Amino acid sequence: MSRVAFLVLCACALTSCAGHQQSAVDPAGVQADRIAHLWWFFFCVLIAIFLAVMAFTLWTLTRRHRGIEQEPLESKHKPSEATESRLTRTVSGLVIATVLVLLVLLVSSITTGKNISELRDKQHGLIIETTGNQWWWQFRYLNDDSNEILITANEIHIPVGRPVMIRGMSQDVIHSFWVPNLHGKRDLIPSRITEEWIEADHPGAYRGQCAEYCGLQHAHMVFWVIAEPPEKFKHWFDSQLQPAATPTDPDKLRGQQVFLKNACVFCHAIRGTTAAAQNGPDLTHFGSRRTIAAGTLPNTPGNLGGWIVDPQNVKPGNHMATIAVNSEDLQPLIDYLESLK
Amino acid sequence: MNPRIASALLCGVVVLLGSCQREKRDIRPAPTRLAIYGDAARESTLRPGGPVQPEQIVTNPYNHSAYDISEGQRLYNWYNCSGCHANGGGGIGPPLIKKDWIYGGQPANLFDTIVKGRPNGMPSWGGRIPEYQIWQIIAYVRSLNGEQPASATAGRADTIETNSQNLVNRTSGVTK
Repeated sequence: MSRVAFLVLCACALTSCAGHQQSAVDPAGVQADRIAHLWWFFFCVLIAIFLAVMAFTLWTLTRRHRGIEQEPLESKHKPSEATESRLTRTVSGLVIATVLVLLVLLVSSITTGKNISELRDKQHGLIIETTGNQWWWQFRYLNDDSNEILITANEIHIPVGRPVMIRGMSQDVIHSFWVPNLHGKRDLIPSRITEEWIEADHPGAYRGQCAEYCGLQHAHMVFWVIAEPPEKFKHWFDSQLQPAATPTDPDKLRGQQVFLKNACVFCHAIRGTTAAAQNGPDLTHFGSRRTIAAGTLPNTPGNLGGWIVDPQNVKPGNHMATIAVNSEDLQPLIDYLESLK
Repeated sequence: MNPRIASALLCGVVVLLGSCQREKRDIRPAPTRLAIYGDAARESTLRPGGPVQPEQIVTNPYNHSAYDISEGQRLYNWYNCSGCHANGGGGIGPPLIKKDWIYGGQPANLFDTIVKGRPNGMPSWGGRIPEYQIWQIIAYVRSLNGEQPASATAGRADTIETNSQNLVNRTSGVTK
């Protein structure tokens, strides 16, 4: 029976290995690779020490009682000369070993820390200004040419093999940018700019998460980093730069009118329309994103409807206004937003 | 004091804390349609002849709530009230920290002003800003005038003073 339970437990532990989308030990970039190496090095050293200590403990438990244990335990008692010198040698040997091990761990940690701050080819890097908000992410691809500046939310695409600088800022409280597959954490602090360089080695979708407790919906402050080959990235970038197309069919056109006549326009922007507010996520290409409400729900028409009608049910405490949308206006609004590819 | 009496008193105080409404968060308001408070929002003491109607009193549902006052403060900036009224001192629009209001300073008057708009520039926000958020904004504006208890009013603004010096990037020297 206990063997079955053990196997079940092992199987459960194995399932955690399957989710590679957010894992520090499944590196997809140079820095994450270095961090993973450090992690495995620590793991092996510490496991070896743990096993040695356990083996020693078991050995002492099974050992026949003799030597110092049999001498009377009195405060005035003095151990024999031989016992004394043996104890001294053992304790000082172990103290030296402990200091040496700690020193090795310290040096390897510092070396990794130094290495991950270095990245070749920084001058060709892409700069993404990342702003933490309660509880979503705004991303701005910076460029010297103002026509090439792209604003998006909760999902970024990056080209494989090109360094990307995350310029972190915060709108309200301290947040932390963390994509375990690519790099460690970097705090986003109000009225300061922080920097982190990331680079993806191979294509994939990597989940990122706010790593600094920031209020009610901290757990629902998720973003996706999608690493693509450079041509595919260029294609994505160019299509995202385009303003939203004016819908042609009457249903979506009505949806657009609903959007522009309601409180939506006070917070959201859709380039190509009069909506230009920056209090909430930019929705110009909302339909192309994989999630809504910063990774809270998959982006499906049903979820979007539920989110618009009652955002406080989906993500209690969030800053999206609860507005009264007529039932006959809701479907056109959903259709319009989902059509913004 | 007898430690037993002291601990009993302490327990009593802790129980009383439960009655504090300061941080009560009604985060899921029922979406409502905007109601215009006709006679409740009278702007003058003059009234037409005929039978005198009993005066209606409209109270702000978010009075005394620190959470809603701070939400009102956030919305005041998000919806760009600050664009004309600045931080209450006025600019393009009249100041909001004052005693004499042109169209009345009672909650019902403020509600009317925001919903209907006023001549010379105040837009009508009715049907755009949800009703509960208008009440939050009113709670905040009233707090500017000391019309909300000090226990619910923020001691300082939420926004941290952003000194342009702090925004200078340390490595590349690029300013925001």
